[in-house]
Order: sequence, then structure tokens, then C-alpha cells
Amino acid sequence: MSQNEVNDPRIDGIKTKIRVVPDFPKKGIMFQDITTLLLDPKAFKDTIDLFVEKYRDMNISVVAGIEARGFIFGSPIALAIGAKFVPLRKPKKLPGQIIFEEYELEYGSDRLEMHVEAVDSGDRALVVDDLIATGGTLCAAMDLLKRVGAEVVECACVIELPELKGRERLEGKPLYVLVEYR
Amino acid sequence: MQTIIISPLVSPRLCLVSPLVPRNQFLNNHHRAPPSIRLSNHRSTTSLRLFSSAAASRDSEMATEDVQDPRIAKIASSIRVIPDFPKPGIMFQDITTLLLDTEAFKDTIALFVDRYKDKGISVVAGVEARGFIFGPPIALAIGAKFVPMRKPKKLPGKVISEEYSLEYGTDTIEMHVGAVEPGERAIIIDDLIATGGTLAAAIRLLERVGVKIVECACVIELPELKGKEKLGETPLFVLVSSAA
Repeated sequence: MSQNEVNDPRIDGIKTKIRVVPDFPKKGIMFQDITTLLLDPKAFKDTIDLFVEKYRDMNISVVAGIEARGFIFGSPIALAIGAKFVPLRKPKKLPGQIIFEEYELEYGSDRLEMHVEAVDSGDRALVVDDLIATGGTLCAAMDLLKRVGAEVVECACVIELPELKGRERLEGKPLYVLVEYR
Repeated sequence: MQTIIISPLVSPRLCLVSPLVPRNQFLNNHHRAPPSIRLSNHRSTTSLRLFSSAAASRDSEMATEDVQDPRIAKIASSIRVIPDFPKPGIMFQDITTLLLDTEAFKDTIALFVDRYKDKGISVVAGVEARGFIFGPPIALAIGAKFVPMRKPKKLPGKVISEEYSLEYGTDTIEMHVGAVEPGERAIIIDDLIATGGTLAAAIRLLERVGVKIVECACVIELPELKGKEKLGETPLFVLVSSAA
């Protein structure tokens, strides 16, 4: 269940704005499209507010956003809570000194990169993406942050696909989501 | 094998700049900047010039009005320049160090928000991917929609596409059909304008569906690449101008 004890009235408004597109990027996948949420200024604001209300007093010093939809949510959250924003990117996008973490895809693997000096052992980090499916990308993100000594406080996503059990791959770290899609 | 370029990060606390990356220069508003100096081949220089809006009549409008906004200097100095990325000869303007400086990042967004908040803007279009970092906070603050403009095959459902030229070959930018409506007033956001190819394609896409682009807004301009000329009638607003 999404983790609001009493369902925040804003959640329903957010959920209805997410568009489900069948068979994208391939047959059988029900793609959760958040771009329709972004077209509704009130629903988008509510989304960010819900995360900000949760995290602003938790002493988060870094919000790490996963390219590219994690940038859309992570950046406003970072600004609102006064944290640094650190983009976690696909290969070869970040200049300068980076570390990378590989993760599995259904076929093959991919890689997530982070600037080495962006985060250090004093930092408390929040990882943000639009959606958690299998948890592979979030797990790679957490590993990058841990490797530089940061403490990963929590992962936050707009949407969870609970049947894919991504939550179990987060090594015991809490996951906060607004909406579940079953 | 991964090529790693060692380049010290600008510390957000100390704002130290390594000797390899010259400190950006700030000018009194009342005279135009001297030309940037090219040093001998072993070291290249990037100088940051800030033009007064009076001198900038043919240039893009800068964030400086009659008095230079004090926030600009801090923003400019938080941007890291990486030589020879993604290939030799390119001085890459890295905004990730700006994002690590919470005050500078906040000021960056505030400068755009102050400019656009009362202009009836209903659409903020952000170009993938660094436009996704600056666009959404601006959209949220001014109560506009955020419309991502994406590389091919990322957006599900019906899209319209616009091709544009690269140095070698072409690329394509896409937007959702129905994201915007005719008559809406939009701004287009990206971190940087270089040749202007991407922004020009974004303008064409939005104009095709009847949207009025009020302005293109970027953190950084590389004026020598004359990107502004590709934007046609659409004005350009930037916070900092960097001579390559």
C-alpha cells in the first residue's frame, strides 16, 4: 500500500493524472507515463509538496536524481529542502572524474555514473526516480552513493510496481512512494 | 577503457577554483569586456564576460539590468569548465557544480522565475536532459505546465518530431501531441545554448502546434557560436556568457 496512513487527499488527484500506455516500449508492458502529471500544475505541485513535507526535516544534504525523469522530480525537491542536487547519469554524459555502477536489464546491462567529488561521507542522501520497477537502477544508485561513503536515508518514487518486488532489492533501505500500480 | 579527466570540483563552501580553470572575470557594467586572451597552446583560457544590457543591443539579453544582479557572480563562478570534453578542443561548461551550491542553484531559478512569473506563461518546455533540471522548478514556481522535449523513442503515445543538424548527421527532438494547445505562451529552457540547433528545433516543434514562444532561456550562452541567430524572431535570455 502507498504509505500514507490516512490517504492524503492529494494522492487521488495525482494518481488520476498518470497515463498508462499499453505495449510501450514493447508488447505486454503497461507504461506509466508521468508526463500527463506534469501538465497539471496543481497535481505536479502536490507531488513535490508530498515529498518535501516528508523530507525537509530529515537533514537530507543530497538529492540524487536518476536520469532523466528523476531529474524532473529530484531537482525541485532538492531546491525546496535546501539539499545539493546530484544527477546520476547514463554513460559518457558527465565530464570529469566519475565512478560507475553496472546493473542488469532484461537483456544485457546498463551503467549509471556519478561525479566522484559530488558526494562524500558526511552526506545523507535521498534517491529519487519517477518509478520503481525491478529496483535494479535504484540499487545501482544506492551503491554509487555508498561507495563514496554517503548514507542513503531513503528512496522516493512517484510510482511503484509492487509485483516486480523492487522494494526487496533496496538492502533494507526504506522506500516511499505515492502511488502503486498493480 | 574509461578516460578519466581529473579536474577538481569547485567546492561549494569555499568556491575555490583550480589554477587550471581561470577565475571568471566580472566587469563593471559601464564598459564592454576586452577580448578574451588566448594564451600559448599548452593552456587554453575561458573568460566569462558579463555585458551590460545597454552594450548588448545586438547580443542576447543578459540578466544584468542597470546594476548587475549580485547573484550572477556567484552563479558564474560555480560553473566548472572541463577542457577537451566530450572531445579535444571543446571547453565543456559543467553546471553540475552549480547544482551542488544550494544558494547558487536557488538564485539561478529565482532569476528566471522573477523574469517570467507575470508574463502569462502557461508552458515551460525543457530540453532533455539538463533542461529537466532547470525547467521543472521554474514551471512549478510560475504555475505553468512542464513539457519535456525528448530524444527519439522516449515518449510513449503519439508524438511529433523535428529533425535538426549536428556537426555530423542529424538528431531528432520529440514532444507529445496534445501536451500544448494553440495560443499557449511558452518559454523553452536548456542549460546552455551553443550553435542553437536544438533550441531552434524546439521552437519549430512548438510553433507547428500554434504555441507562441515568448523567449528561450538558458543559464549559459557561448556567443561565438552565434546560436542566437538560429532562433529567428524568438528572443534569448541568458544568465552568463562564456567566451570559448
